[in-house]
Amino acid sequence: MSPETVPKLARGMKLREDKTRAQWVVLGPERMFVPDEIALEIIRLLDGTSSLAAIADALAARYSAPREEILADITTLLDDLAAKGVVTA
Amino acid sequence: MTAPPLALLAELTHRCPLRCPYCSNPTALTRPGEELDTATWSRIFVEAADLGCLQIHLSGGEPTARRDILDLVRAASTAGLYTNLITSGVLLNGTRLDALAEAGLDHVQLSIQDAEPTSADRIGGYRGGHAKKLAFAHLVTEAGLPLTLNAVVHRQNLDRLPAMIDLALELGAGRLEVAHVQYYGWALANRDALMPTRAQLDAATATVEAARTTHRGRLVIDYVVPDYYATRPKSCMGGWGQRFLAVSPAGRILPCHAAESLPGFDFPDARTTTLRAAWEESEAFNRFRGTGWMPEPCQGCARAEQDWGGCRCQAFALTGDAAATDPACALSPHHALLALALEASDRAGEGFTYREPGRLPQPAPVLPLA
Repeated sequence: MSPETVPKLARGMKLREDKTRAQWVVLGPERMFVPDEIALEIIRLLDGTSSLAAIADALAARYSAPREEILADITTLLDDLAAKGVVTA
Repeated sequence: MTAPPLALLAELTHRCPLRCPYCSNPTALTRPGEELDTATWSRIFVEAADLGCLQIHLSGGEPTARRDILDLVRAASTAGLYTNLITSGVLLNGTRLDALAEAGLDHVQLSIQDAEPTSADRIGGYRGGHAKKLAFAHLVTEAGLPLTLNAVVHRQNLDRLPAMIDLALELGAGRLEVAHVQYYGWALANRDALMPTRAQLDAATATVEAARTTHRGRLVIDYVVPDYYATRPKSCMGGWGQRFLAVSPAGRILPCHAAESLPGFDFPDARTTTLRAAWEESEAFNRFRGTGWMPEPCQGCARAEQDWGGCRCQAFALTGDAAATDPACALSPHHALLALALEASDRAGEGFTYREPGRLPQPAPVLPLA
């Protein structure tokens, strides 16, 4: 993925609250992922219009953290989720 | 405290227009008149969600043979369950599929029998079925629903696995399940005609590994390996009564869809018992839960909590004892049975005993130890 990529949850993937286990899960065809806190925050920012660059901007502002570092981190994370079929470009 | 289950398999009916010789239904099929009604199923779905299930698989038989399938999909979705329809695709038209999508269906899993139409129709025992499935797959993607293709593989179609992968891509499936036949029930009766050769298995494994790399990010391939060439058993159902429960068409609450083949059980009846009571308190769910029930060599084995002793149905089918170590394990005293079965299939023909109501297959003999 590049900074211009607009990532979104892949078709069939749904973010749902799992009240029984007090956690959030991404449900997909015969599979589920329990995102960690960071992944969950990023998945919530996947609105289908924001690019990776825009998401990095938002997170950098929110945490007063270095933007380039955040962009690199979320690119790695989203590449990994894309390989698992959870998100698509 | 027993951890709650993640998924419910609802086998809505045993009716099915196809006659696949490896069908996972029990050999004694439930008659339509014995099936649970709409209200009971709907209550079960709510109970499943309350218990902690996140996903539901609406299966059968052919689930769309139920006239109330639309109501059942709506009930499952309203209960908050991720709703998956496991179908042969031969009974649904576009209008009905769109209605299912509107009712909240999340995902469709479509079975194929082969990539080559004549062979596919022969294996499914249903003329014209393959062409209908291809048309149905297009309807699924047109309806905006995610599609998984499920290919059960065996000696008589395994050589066309690359073509099945191409078909999944062509049809726009996001996921492909390549599942080697599991030999219980109907499949056990057809084992000699279905068992792949070692060369076929090795080629298939290599094909899957290469395709995963080539189509990374585009097609997810799940691969179920065959027990008969294994040295360690599969973690069947993730452990008995640990992650999964099933309800049969007549309402039996089961730790796995094949468990009714096991003798000496009184499986809870969903008409009179809640899923929670069945899951947490019933003798049937507790009997093989955890590691306490395990015989040698499972007892104390470092893998006891990885594979949970393997599959109870396979242990019973091959040794006559549901509490035995799964013979797929090389440490099982019965492991040699698998090699004998492979030898027998080497000399066997290609004829099937098709899955049909009222046509109980001859059980495959339990082979004596050499």
